[in-house]
Amino acid sequence: MIDQTQVHKVANLARLALTEAEEVQFTTQLGSILDYFEQLSELDVSNVEPTTRAIDVSNITRPDDLQPNGDRDAIFANAPDQDGDFFKVPKIMKDQEA
Amino acid sequence: MVTAAPVKTKYEAVIGLETHCQLSTATKIFCSCSTEFGSEPNHNVCPICMGMPGVLPVLNETVLEYAVKAGTALNCKISDYSKFDRKQYFYPDLPKNYQVSQFDLPIAEHGWLEIELIDEDGNPNRKRIGITRLHMEEDAGKLVHGGSDRLSGSTHSLADYNRAGVPLAEIVSEPDIRTGQEAAEYAQEMRRILRYLGVCDGNMQEGSMRCDVNISVRPVGQAEFGTKVEIKNMNSFNAIGRAIDYEIERQIEVIESGGTIAQETRLWEEGSQRTISMRLKEGSSDYRYFPEPDLTPIEVPPEKLAQWKSELPELPAQKRHRYEADFGLSAYDVRNLTDDRAIAEFFEATLAAGAPAKQSANWIMGDITGYLKSEKLEIGAIALTPEALTELILLIENNTISSKIAKDLLPELLTQGGSPKALVEAKGLTQISDTSALDSLIDELLLAHPTELEQYRGGKTKLQGFFVGQLMKKTGGRADPKLANQLLLKKLAG
Repeated sequence: MIDQTQVHKVANLARLALTEAEEVQFTTQLGSILDYFEQLSELDVSNVEPTTRAIDVSNITRPDDLQPNGDRDAIFANAPDQDGDFFKVPKIMKDQEA
Repeated sequence: MVTAAPVKTKYEAVIGLETHCQLSTATKIFCSCSTEFGSEPNHNVCPICMGMPGVLPVLNETVLEYAVKAGTALNCKISDYSKFDRKQYFYPDLPKNYQVSQFDLPIAEHGWLEIELIDEDGNPNRKRIGITRLHMEEDAGKLVHGGSDRLSGSTHSLADYNRAGVPLAEIVSEPDIRTGQEAAEYAQEMRRILRYLGVCDGNMQEGSMRCDVNISVRPVGQAEFGTKVEIKNMNSFNAIGRAIDYEIERQIEVIESGGTIAQETRLWEEGSQRTISMRLKEGSSDYRYFPEPDLTPIEVPPEKLAQWKSELPELPAQKRHRYEADFGLSAYDVRNLTDDRAIAEFFEATLAAGAPAKQSANWIMGDITGYLKSEKLEIGAIALTPEALTELILLIENNTISSKIAKDLLPELLTQGGSPKALVEAKGLTQISDTSALDSLIDELLLAHPTELEQYRGGKTKLQGFFVGQLMKKTGGRADPKLANQLLLKKLAG
């Protein structure tokens, strides 16, 4: 089960500013999602090897061949702000933290 | 370790290093963008390294090869099953808001490397430093802070993602290191090994090798570790040693004056030669790792592993042991010869051509290294071949030329190449070691300087040097020095 403290912590880690009311609301909603997934524990998996992924494929690699991306402008076009060749990002630290 | 004299408790430092090494591939770890250093900002970026939705990163096979080779050279166990994970944190140097790294199943674990410190008597002291793990990950981008030269006080920041996605091997040591000197030597040996393998250029100024230090102090005899502090921002081996020595003193002082060590990250300031608290709020170190779903796990096939193992060169420590045992060279000589693989191989090629080890070592570490340093060249860039150096050394050994003449010939051999033997013949520099030829030359000399001869015979024996000089001048330095001296002394005595 998940409680409001955990929701608060997760929101904080994800840089989401939630109101008290939202935290209460999401605690209930996330709780029911987790309950739904909890049904999986009805299955007996004692004979199943643990895995880190669902598809049984390993060792997919590519050769170290240079293929420069031609369309830099398209990437810049998706950025909220730009300064010459740089992506411009807002102030990182609040002044009182400095 | 340094402690102030009145301090009664003896302390020891417990030190571990985290080393980030850029692997020398042409392209990034998960996309085909260039890894070139110094490109225009945001020149080497694509939808994959910029983390656009719907892209599929694929592991660069050369990154895997280099990581496995480095792991093997560091005596690690290469994992049967390894995977990538996402490490989540928010900082604008990461375009995706997570870094693809390896968490619980790194490619290599449980290794060691051997460091060698030479004591005052010239004896090597060897120590094994454990390697906890080596894992593959992507580098982050670079930020320039606007409106201020530091992060604090800046109004905005500018991001360059050329470096985002550049392949790194992160190598974590066990806390086996006790002094700044050991730490600097560990980092140096790490760089030697990686350069021997050709998997990392080890350039600390360009950031292709970066070391972070974890350090705590404890009273000698105490089993538990003290509170550890992380130090960053050292860009030379020397700085690593000095930063650690400073930090050891600082921590002891804090403890001795009744304070407690704060667990924090500190920056080494080269200008003031001290560490300062980073005061940057680390936030939570809750990275919420989870398996990277876009990349497949890695199970290195045994035949690949065997092939990569077989491609490893003889490593610096192995060379050091062999040179010392086989050639009777001092630990100091051996260390200089094996520091750079190309120089070690040049040395070995002269031995194969028949040069005596000590003479070859002296030429390589003396005049040749001097030339390489002053011209900023690699040994591969000089025209002198190992065979030609051997020929030159043997010309001295069999008394065809003096070592003075050999030194005079070296500049031309270094720049023009060619055979020393042919050069000696062409220039008529063969040593005069024929007794009768020298005798008549000396006779002429004594006839030409009757005053000095008289003074010498009157007791002013210091004038011997004058006659030797005149003889060398007369012969263009070609007189066999030992024989000429013998004959001269006899004639001077009358």
